Amino acid sequence: MVLEELWTIKELFTYPNEYIYWSIQIVMYPFMTGLVAGAFVLSSLYHLFGIKQLKEIARFSLVFSFALLIVAPLPLLLHLQQPQRNYFVYMTPHFSSAIAAFGVVIFIYGAIVASEIWFLYRKHLVEGSVKLKNQLNKSLAEKIRYRVYTVLTLGVFDISERTLRQDAKAIKILAGVGVPVACFLHGYAGFIFGSVKANALWMTPLMPVIFIMSAIVSGVALCMLTYIITMEVKKFRAARKTPFPIYQTREEIKGVEIDVVRRTARYLLFFLISSISLELLDLIFRGYTAVKSWDILRRVIYERDFVDIFIFQYTLGNLFPFILLLIPRLTIRRAIPALFLVLLGVFMMRWNVVIGGQSFSLTFSGYMNYRLPIIPHSLETFKEGLFGALLIGALPFVLFWIFSKIFPVFDPEESH
Amino acid sequence: MNRRDFLNLSLKGLAGITLAKGLDEIFQPREGLASSKLVRWVFLVDTYKCIGCGFCVKACKLENEIPLEANVSRTWVERYVVTRGGRVFADTPKEARDGFTTSRVDLGMGRYQDMKRENIDKAFFVPKLCNQCAKPPCVQVCPVGATYQTADGVSLVDRKWCIGCGYCIMACPYGMRFFHPVYQVAEKCNFCYHRITKGMKPACVQACPTGARKIGNIKDPQDPVANIIMTQRVSIHKPEYGTNPQVYFIGLSEEVR
Repeated sequence: MVLEELWTIKELFTYPNEYIYWSIQIVMYPFMTGLVAGAFVLSSLYHLFGIKQLKEIARFSLVFSFALLIVAPLPLLLHLQQPQRNYFVYMTPHFSSAIAAFGVVIFIYGAIVASEIWFLYRKHLVEGSVKLKNQLNKSLAEKIRYRVYTVLTLGVFDISERTLRQDAKAIKILAGVGVPVACFLHGYAGFIFGSVKANALWMTPLMPVIFIMSAIVSGVALCMLTYIITMEVKKFRAARKTPFPIYQTREEIKGVEIDVVRRTARYLLFFLISSISLELLDLIFRGYTAVKSWDILRRVIYERDFVDIFIFQYTLGNLFPFILLLIPRLTIRRAIPALFLVLLGVFMMRWNVVIGGQSFSLTFSGYMNYRLPIIPHSLETFKEGLFGALLIGALPFVLFWIFSKIFPVFDPEESH
Repeated sequence: MNRRDFLNLSLKGLAGITLAKGLDEIFQPREGLASSKLVRWVFLVDTYKCIGCGFCVKACKLENEIPLEANVSRTWVERYVVTRGGRVFADTPKEARDGFTTSRVDLGMGRYQDMKRENIDKAFFVPKLCNQCAKPPCVQVCPVGATYQTADGVSLVDRKWCIGCGYCIMACPYGMRFFHPVYQVAEKCNFCYHRITKGMKPACVQACPTGARKIGNIKDPQDPVANIIMTQRVSIHKPEYGTNPQVYFIGLSEEVR
């Protein structure tokens, strides 16, 4: 039995070798890189353009972007039939392939984000290291923390006024360089799909732009959501009268929180509108020009995948959150479901591109139906199944939790 | 090392690299090593001659170690049935490995369509195999260069280098590629390259009882296959993709997908 037969059901006339070769992990890949790019763009809005209202969420999304970035290549790795050969992409890149640039792009981007975080938290790292160095009778946790801080300073302990000013300048430059690179990282993921001339649904020059817009939408939504959740935890702690260094009362936290959420929501709406407009343009253009492939695309879009595209993606994922966020006096209670729906919408968009693009045959007279493996019977059905995808979805949060132990992600006093 | 030494060494290094690169350009070792430039393999499929026996598929699977039971194949035969109302039915049950033994058309998902003889306007078979495109999209998209085009025009896969990303499978407009069920790397028809380079015929050509499949060298004016392609009316499959296929068909009807 061919592996892909586990999740592909073929209908009518298809070529013998046609299956859904790119399954759930390839849905996760653009979804994750989209979150990376979106989170970074959000942080850059503050660092680069000095949009002060976003200061609170900017540092947070930068670190979150890094956590996401580390996870982003994993779905590709899980998907490879020969994962042990993954480094061939870096060793012998064949640059006429869109995938070959992946190694270059992700390393450049990773270096930019890592160095921006380093400049941002250098002062904190040095102070932490010096403080712990002088402390006697360190506990095990403190010993580890001291080691980590000291290593991360990279041996630079100069935190004079002049060097800190240079740090700030470096952050600004990195944020500036980072935005196009982040857009490239994700636009390029769109190009991987958009340039496949054999696939009638994928092939459009709009694909990279659509990917970038929806990337920013999803990244901003996830950052807002994570921000809200962490602030709610803080509120909960404050209500229990645990002394907290910055915000003393529950009300103060609440005030800051809703302020940040409302301001960020405006940017989210802007990108959401751009993303929907482009997607609709693509759809209308295909229907209007109605080339050879339109006959089968129409049946896939309007009939077979109708629920996935028009109910889950456009109605639940775009229209509902759009209305929820647009109604004045946004509350946290209203923002949470709206943001979840935005994430669902972007995920469904990735799903409809990746799975939808493979759900019709190259013969234009047959279909392939996808059944996501739920219960893992083997390593393959785990990797290419629901739990493999959930693992990838959960990993960035674990990493972020570890990072937040090292960097004061929520503490405005500790960094520039 | 002082500045003078550094500059001195850098210049020498640069000169060395330039010289090596230049010699490589001048002597072109690749050209010398490549198989003769006088060969460009082409294939000719005469659909009028195909009787749908499926010997070609079976021979191919045996020759190229594709498990007989696996529902993938380097080559297959399609059956087209056009009914009186103009409806087109097509199928390739088990890649036509066992030939077409029933008049029922396979609709997939366990459903079949019974064909009544009096309702059929026309019906025919079309053997398919890799087009060995002159501009192969599968070679273009391979991120590691594991798939490549030989000087005599055949696209091959290096099983030791393929990472199994599946991008080539996505890029082929003809659905020729798949993952080998045993080796788990990209797999495709290569005109039986191991045979043709030794003067033998591809397994499918040898197995075909009617001569529907023929291989030839388009650069050889004496070659009978090249002669047919150059002097008769032939067509190629899906020219709109700009891949410049090198498998030519006689009698390729517009119903053929």
